[in-house]
Order: sequence, then structure tokens, then C-alpha cells
Amino acid sequence: MISLDINGKVREVDVPEDMPLLWVLRDELNMTGTKFGCGVAQCGACTVHVDGQPTRSCQLPASAAVGAKITTIEGLSGKAAAAVQKAWADLDVVQCGYCQSGQVMAATALIAENQNPTDADIEAALDGNVCRCATYVRIKAAVKQAAKLART
Amino acid sequence: MMLRQLLRQAASNVAEPTPSRRAFLKGTGGALVISAVVPLGSFAAESAAPGIVGPADPRPNLFVRVAKDNTVTVLVKHLDKGQGIMTGLTTIVAEELDADWSQMRGEHAPADSKLYGNHFFGIQGTGGSTAVANSWDELRMAGAAARTMLVNAAAAEWKVPADQITVAKGVVSHKASGKSATFGQLAEAASKQPIPAKVTLKEPGQYSLIGNETLHRLDHVSKTNGTAIFAMDIRRPNQVTAVLARSPRFGGTVKSVDDKAARAIPGVIDVLTLPVGVAVVAKNTWAAIKGREALSIQWDDAKAEKRGTDQMLAEYRAQAKKPGTKAARKGDTGAAFKTAAKVVEAEYSFPYLAHAPMEPLNATLEIKADGGAEIWAGSQFQGIEQPVVAGILGTTPDKVKINTLWAGGSFGRRATTTADYIAEVALIAKALAAKGKKVPVHLVWTREDDIQGGRYRPMVVHRVKGGLDKAGKLIAWEQAIVTQSFIADTPFAQVMIKDGVDATAVEGASDMAYAVPNLSVDYHQMASPVTTLWWRSVGHTHTAYAKEAFIEELAAAAGKDGVAFRLELLGDAHPRLTGVLKLAAEKAGWSKPLAPAADGSKRARGVAVHESFSSFVAHVAEVTVSKDGKIKVDRVVVAVDCGVPVNPNVIKAQIEGGTGFGIGHALRDQITLTDGLVDQSNFDGYEPMRLSDMPEVEVHIVASTARPTGVGEPGVPTAAPAVANAVFRATGQKLHDLPFSKAGVV
Repeated sequence: MISLDINGKVREVDVPEDMPLLWVLRDELNMTGTKFGCGVAQCGACTVHVDGQPTRSCQLPASAAVGAKITTIEGLSGKAAAAVQKAWADLDVVQCGYCQSGQVMAATALIAENQNPTDADIEAALDGNVCRCATYVRIKAAVKQAAKLART
Repeated sequence: MMLRQLLRQAASNVAEPTPSRRAFLKGTGGALVISAVVPLGSFAAESAAPGIVGPADPRPNLFVRVAKDNTVTVLVKHLDKGQGIMTGLTTIVAEELDADWSQMRGEHAPADSKLYGNHFFGIQGTGGSTAVANSWDELRMAGAAARTMLVNAAAAEWKVPADQITVAKGVVSHKASGKSATFGQLAEAASKQPIPAKVTLKEPGQYSLIGNETLHRLDHVSKTNGTAIFAMDIRRPNQVTAVLARSPRFGGTVKSVDDKAARAIPGVIDVLTLPVGVAVVAKNTWAAIKGREALSIQWDDAKAEKRGTDQMLAEYRAQAKKPGTKAARKGDTGAAFKTAAKVVEAEYSFPYLAHAPMEPLNATLEIKADGGAEIWAGSQFQGIEQPVVAGILGTTPDKVKINTLWAGGSFGRRATTTADYIAEVALIAKALAAKGKKVPVHLVWTREDDIQGGRYRPMVVHRVKGGLDKAGKLIAWEQAIVTQSFIADTPFAQVMIKDGVDATAVEGASDMAYAVPNLSVDYHQMASPVTTLWWRSVGHTHTAYAKEAFIEELAAAAGKDGVAFRLELLGDAHPRLTGVLKLAAEKAGWSKPLAPAADGSKRARGVAVHESFSSFVAHVAEVTVSKDGKIKVDRVVVAVDCGVPVNPNVIKAQIEGGTGFGIGHALRDQITLTDGLVDQSNFDGYEPMRLSDMPEVEVHIVASTARPTGVGEPGVPTAAPAVANAVFRATGQKLHDLPFSKAGVV
């Protein structure tokens, strides 16, 4: 059994040690907000926070997540998250929406650290998150709006 | 070839599948067939939960459901794969109903081609940017009918004349008596009212929701907090997960399998050898993937594609020099070229491209006690999937229930003529059931399966020759288009291939809008086991590029400005094309050329204009070319004319996204083969456009009262040629071979 701290709750899972956290969340715990996009940390759809840091859960073996505080889209809370989700909704960022859990997780981690992100900061934080619908114009605008909301 | 036979059976229902709306309209005598559509309102249904999980109560011609809790649910027969059709079609109903936007909900309709068929296809399905055009009359009538029934119910209850009753923002009122009621309060009484035989629709000047920029998408919250449910998220009791090992070479088949190691992987339940490959069935996705990695398979490549794309491209180029099948002819190009003062020639090449929707293909299928099945999928061609699955399971299409879920992108990939991945899951579930394991099966494609799995935008070569007279007037145009057909050998061929020409390969070229007295367009059909498919904007993905890049070269040869040259060739015959062209040019500041950047980098604008799917789009791209020749797309201004703009917010989003999609692939994407094996496997080798690649995009919508047309695809075709033309105008470099990375500029 592997014991994981997910969204503030201790969850015991009986999985092989090498099973990526992504599949623990999705297949064992039925937490499907975190998405499978590529499996090789190239798209960011599976982004979760591990001790506050945006992390690709498809490349993180369950055993390596033991002892860390894991936050998924389902457990996202706080000022930065609220600002990001409000900005995302206000600007109708989503199209197909499949990448957006990951985008929101990455943007929230950025805004939590930096409420005045430059274009370069936004690119650095979100370039790893692919959106095949190319909602990037609105993602950029929403990050800026979220930063503004978070500052007030 | 069981699947093909099944499909032929399925396609007996296919009435009007043609590649462009223009053809559709021709086929139906210039009007949509709506007389047969009786819009029914279903009232007093149970409350519809926000978001889409699946229709609860399918009834004949059910488009609108007014619930006692005052929600109004529109049943949307088209798949929302991101293009926002759930929102767009709900807007149409809400307008005629005079509903308040906050009470509106959307839900994917059940799969039933008789009730929910696409009027352009004859079966239920989404594609060709047809959804709004298809539903425009039907849903306005449904909304108006429901409104009439609510009004009549209020009139009866309040004992006042119906014509004294007004409806606004979801409230029905009678001013003189001071009475008012919500839709929810009237729902039950309205359900007993007769369905009106005739309704009066609003005039565009009366619209308050259609054209309203402030409406949010229906899915704008559920897709930002992880609660929206995609097919990938379906978890049925006792569900197992399957992945399939398919032949690494297109056209290969299984020769032998050693599955001992795979079966030893903890969690692996079974390994099945099927006509479509070797399926590993497991307790969870990880075990299935590990199990597949442990398989040892010998493939029979006797009939497989063993060429590389370099060789294939060389064959295409050679073919382009030969006479082909006539796709368009006007005048006498041979004679005209003899009189030409200038002749320009160019050859354009386009690679195979994967659709790579963010949500990899997947579906869950459960075999039912009656021999039928229930499917959960981002289903795009329900009208094909039902009969294909019925054929596999030995049941009838009506016994195949499809729950259509939000799809995580498609770009054409989910709409196949063989129901490919849905057929796969049916074959797996059937094989398991035959072994006594009648369990729900979730088939998951990994990203590698997707990138290497074919159904690509075909590889294409265009060879074009243009002639100008002494005054710089275009007098002759010859074009050869060499590509594979994804229509040949499918039931769609009977409608979409005419006189040996695949309409999806030549659309946008054979019907070119530019006036040229002597025109010749030839089509050459190449064959390969590599599977191909329509890809967002279909033939226009390459025809618009070749046409618009070549026109720019001709303009330069004539010593003319790109916008002026195009306007001259369009004349008065194409007001909607000239309309978007002028609007984009004006908004981009076309008359004032860009100054070089501070570091000396060259900067220029490029333009392109095109009609696709009966919508009209012009792109102006601003590009910086650095001293080392690398390009950066800074800003793109787009003008779109799609008739009545139903939901401007969604239209802008589609054009922004289409622009990114067009430019992103043009920059660096290609699927290549070496000895028949696909070189790319994931987003590292097939790297999509990223945030840092995305230019600023500014979208301007032409005000119009024309019938609305689609926007899912038309934003794509002109994006890349506008960039190429900007580079050409900045440096003289001609980007003839896609992607641009081949020329070292990315």
C-alpha cells in the first residue's frame, strides 16, 4: 500500500510503485479532473501541485509522491486559484477544455508566486502547457487579469 | 473487409454528404429541408442538471425542454468538441424563446439519425462547419413554438388574449392585469397546449441574444474546475481498460504473438488477437500500457507501406508534371501562355499532418443483456457508429445507444467513415464477452497511438503556373494537385467523387474566385496504405495556401500590391470576399508599411483571403524576420463574414484558435515516414504551437443579416499563407515547402 496526501486527505492505494500519480488519481481514486494528454511530460494536461510546485503527474511515480502535499484541480483553493478560475471564466478561455485543468494549475502556481507577471514570466510558466485549440490569446489575457484580481 | 461492408450498409442512409455548403444548397434546391421538421417542446420535464452527462429522456423531435425549476435545456444534435456549438445553438433557441441566458442549459442529443440527422448529411453527424447553418431554421422554430405554447398557457390561465401577453428574459407578463409568471411556473400548463402549426420568427433587428457579445459559453465554468466530463473520464462499474497494439507499418497485419510476458504484468486480465491488432485488457490504464510494452508481435508487412515520405514526395512531384484528371477548365491555357508577357511557376508541398486532439481517442462500450450496446464517446458521426457497432455485435442500430460527451478536440479526427476507434472497442468487448467476460471496456489510445495511427491530412503537391500580360493582368492559370483520397473506397465516394475528381482535394482551387479567362486544374490521385482523413478545413488546408501564396508571387511579378492585385481579380463578383479583404487591410493599417525593427530585423505584412464552408475570411499577418532569417509572427488581424453572427464571442474564439492552428502547423509540424515507419511519436517530435509561438490576434466580424454559416474551419486556411506572404514581402524568400522549419526559418 502507498499512502498519499491528496487535497489534504490521506489516501491509501494498492498500486505498483512505478504507477504514475496521474493514473493513481484517475483510475484508482476516480479523480478525473487531472487529464492524460501525452504521458511524457510534453503537454501539461496532467499538471498537479506537489508541495505547491506545478508538476507533471504522468511522470511522477506514486512512490515518489509519498510524503508530499499533492493538490489537484478538484482540491484547488485559495486566492490565486479563485482569481485564475474567475479570470478564465470571465474571458471564456476554454474551447474543448481538455487541457484547461492543467492550464489553470500552472497559472495558479504562477500567480501564487508572482502577482505582476511579465509576458516572459507567463511564457516561462505556461509554455509547457499545450492547447491544441490554441486558446493562447485568452490564456495570456486571463493570466494578466487573474494577477490583477490577486493583487487587490 | 467486414468494416467496409458494414459501412456501405451504413451509408445507404447517407443522402447528401458533399464537401461544401455551396454544393449542399444546390442539392436541396437552394433551401434547407425544414418542412419535414416539426419542432416540439417538451415541458415539465425533470430538472436538467447543468453540464452534459447524457440525455435523460429522448422523445421525437425533441429540441427544447422547459423544466419546472425554470431551466430551459436545448438538445444539441452536434458534437461540441470545443467549437462552442452547445452555446451557439442554445443561443438560437433562447432568442426566439425570449429566455434569460442564465436559465439556458445545453445537452448533447441522443444518437438517432431519424430525429437528429444533419440535414446536409442525411445521418447524425458533425462536420464541414455545418452545425449552425443546419440548425438555424429548426431551432428558431423550436424556440418560437415553445414560446407560443408558454404564451397560450398563460392566456388560458389568466383568461386574457394571447396577443396582449409579452415575454422578456424568461418572464411571461400581461401588463393590463399585472400578471406575470416564469417559464417554470407555466411549464406544466404549456405542455398541454397544442403545438403551433405556424410560428413567426424574429427579424434580425429584434435580436437581443443573437449577436450579443456578453453571453458566456455554457461550459466556461465546468471546464475550468475539472468537473466537465469527457469520454476519458467515464468510469462504469467493473470497467476494464484496453490498449491496442496496431501494426507499426500501415497495412501490416499480425503474423504471430507471444503474450506470456504481457500476461504476467500485474493487472493484465487478457490479451486478444483481433483483426485490428492485439488488445491488452487490464484493470487500469497503466497495467494495460505496461502489458502492451511486454508483447512480442511479429507483423506481416507483405501489403504494408514500406516507402519513406521522401520517396513518396518525389513520386508526387514527378506525377505533377503529367496530365491528370480534369477538375476545372476554362478557355485555352496553352494558347494564353504563348501570349503571356510573364510566366511564373511554383511547386508547393504539404506534409502528412496528425490531428492530435488534446483528448486522445477513447470510448467506453458496454454490451447489454438484449445484445445491444451503450457507448460513451466524444461521438462525431453517430449515424455511422451505430450501424457499424450493430454490425459487429449482430444487433440493430437502434439498440446501440450512444452517450455523446464533450470531446477534447477533434479537428476532424473523430469523424471517420469506418467508425475506427468505436469499432475497435466493439470488437474488444465482443471478444471478451465471448470468453464470458461481459464487462464495460474503455479503449484508450495513447498519444503515440494517435501520432503514429494515421488518418492524417494527406500529403499534397501543387504545381502551379500563371501568366500575366504586359499590363500585369492575370490571363492564365494552370494547376496540378497530387494527393491521396480519403473519400475513394468509402460510401461517401458516390457523392463526393465526380468524374474521378475528389471534391475534398480540389475545393478552393477548382472553384477559385479570382477572375482568370484561361484556367486548368488537374487532379492526380495517389495510393498508399497510409490512412488519411479530413483535417480542420479539409482541402482548403492546402488549396488556399497554394492559391494565396502563388497569387502573391504573381502580384509581385506584376509589380502590384497584394491587396490591390486581389481586389482587381475579385472585381464586383465577390462582394463578401472583397468585404473581408478590405476590412482586414484597413484594421491592420495596410496602407502604412511596417518599419524595420530597432535591431534591423525586417518586418512586413502579408495578406490572404479565401472562402470556405460558405464563410469568408481574410488574414493580415505581421512578421519579423531576424538577421539570421528566423521568423516571428507578431500580430494577426482577421476579418470574418459568417452571416448573422450568432455568438460573436464564440466566433472570435474560433477564429483566434483557427489562426493558431493554421500557423502552428505551418511553422514546424509534419508526419514523416522512414521505410514505412512513422518518425514522430509524441509532442516532442510533433510539437504543437505553444503559447510563446502565438501572435496577438485581432478578430473583426462583418455585420450581416445573411444566413449564418460556420466558423470552426474557415479561420484556418488563410492564416499560414498570410504569414508566408509577409515573409516573401519582407525578404523575397518563398516558402514553398511546408512546414516552414524545412527552410530553416523557424
